[in-house]
Amino acid sequence: MSAPTPPIPSADSAKAESRGDAIVFEDVAIAFDENRVLDGISFRLARGECKALFGVAGSGKSTILKLALGLMKPDQGRISVLGQDITDMTEAQLFEVRRHVGMVFQESALFDSLNVKENVAFRLMEEHDVAQEEIDGRVKEALQFVELEHTLNMFPSELSGGMRRRVAIARGMITQPDVLLYDSPTGGLDPVTSTRIIELIIKQRDEYKTSSLMVTHRLQDAFIMATHHFDKQTNQMQSLPRGQQGEVPMSFLLLHDGKVLFDGDAVELKKSQDPYIREYIS
Amino acid sequence: MELELFSPAEFAKDKILAIQDYAMLAGRAMGNLFQRPLYLGDMMQQADLIGFGSLPIVVLTGFFTGAVLAVNSAATLGRFGSLSLIGQLVSISMVRELGPVLTGLMVTGRNASGMASELGSMVVTEQIDAMRALGTDPIKKLVTPRLFATVIMLFFLTIISDLMGLIGGNFVSTLMLGLNSREYWTSAWQTLVFSDVFTGLIKPVIFGFIIASVGCYYGISAKGGTQGVGRATTQAVVAASVLILVVDFFVTRLLYVLLGFH
Repeated sequence: MSAPTPPIPSADSAKAESRGDAIVFEDVAIAFDENRVLDGISFRLARGECKALFGVAGSGKSTILKLALGLMKPDQGRISVLGQDITDMTEAQLFEVRRHVGMVFQESALFDSLNVKENVAFRLMEEHDVAQEEIDGRVKEALQFVELEHTLNMFPSELSGGMRRRVAIARGMITQPDVLLYDSPTGGLDPVTSTRIIELIIKQRDEYKTSSLMVTHRLQDAFIMATHHFDKQTNQMQSLPRGQQGEVPMSFLLLHDGKVLFDGDAVELKKSQDPYIREYIS
Repeated sequence: MELELFSPAEFAKDKILAIQDYAMLAGRAMGNLFQRPLYLGDMMQQADLIGFGSLPIVVLTGFFTGAVLAVNSAATLGRFGSLSLIGQLVSISMVRELGPVLTGLMVTGRNASGMASELGSMVVTEQIDAMRALGTDPIKKLVTPRLFATVIMLFFLTIISDLMGLIGGNFVSTLMLGLNSREYWTSAWQTLVFSDVFTGLIKPVIFGFIIASVGCYYGISAKGGTQGVGRATTQAVVAASVLILVVDFFVTRLLYVLLGFH
């Protein structure tokens, strides 16, 4: 892979670097019509950290990702991404921030009129100053990472659900972003394919140490991520010895009634005596 | 089922908000024409889809409109012994009014619906959000090329439609009414003055703008899954068609008043 993209040049970057925060939500609230989906959410995603976001359907998990990407504006509170306050940014300013953030959408959101190669290369092609040879090389590399290099000329409609997610991961990581956002990457997939996707996410996390925020409704996915690491030699994920943490810190954030009910690591989550959390993880 | 109370204030607020959103979308789409990147490839692709793709229906519509104009006017003109004026009548009607309006309506049916359904599907499958997430302005990439291509292609399609209308009129005049073809073309040509041609060619530019901007607006603002896409498509065709007919009246009247065209 080529060198990672340079950090966003801004006065706040240095401050954020010292704080080590990739994403910061401060008292964020948003409502749709009369329904207050998020009600004073605050959390931090440190650089190099991986955070799994849980909650029942409609609890605002995907909304958090869209807010972090500036696709939606909060009604209240502040949001910072890579040290830049994006809350009041214009769409044009947000494009610069989004260059450093990758996102894997819930249903992949691949462009159905473009083939796999064009989908993965989309961001590089849109930069208009990247040489075709470099684009080809990076597409090939990204598709090799998700083991789909043979699908270059296929269209999304010709791919299975799992393959579409893998292409979406390749598209999200092609520019080696500083932050990756996953919106239910295993949603609607069978258990075997889900495990395959989680293995890829672990591989991405352990090889590139990218900060990531992952929405999931499958608690086991997050526990697998917390208890496994990617072994390059066997090209498979392997269990970590009991009690040992991976190189990339893994944390859990649970939403309930529009608020953060829990924000901590796997051990703290298992020890929690909160009745709702006990019921959720049981 | 609960009955919702109708609030005129809410209704008015929604409509004003929709007009504001539409104006902002149209304004940004036009403004993008002067900013890089220009997406020339997308513009050419849309021009091919809209222009070449609409050619068969525009040719058929133009031809049969001219032909039916000749058939209908023959009875009246014949009563006054002025059958030779058919060329003039078909020419004036096609160039000033029917060519632009009917071409606009046909392209609305074909392309405004296409734009609304295509963009609407992209919205509900999060492709528009994905495009924004990947650092691309969907208005610049999707709306501006469609707007530019529709305006340019509708202009040329209208000219083709006008010509086909005249050919249709000639077909009826010579083969069914026994008129001289040369006489038909001479009267059709000589009756046209600058104001007729100007009026007939300014309209497709305005109609093209309406078709693309309305089609894209309803597509981009589609909500509620596949049902929402269907609703957006229908609304786009209805709104663009009605707008074309309403704007046609005001443009014609405005040209009369401002430029003294009669």
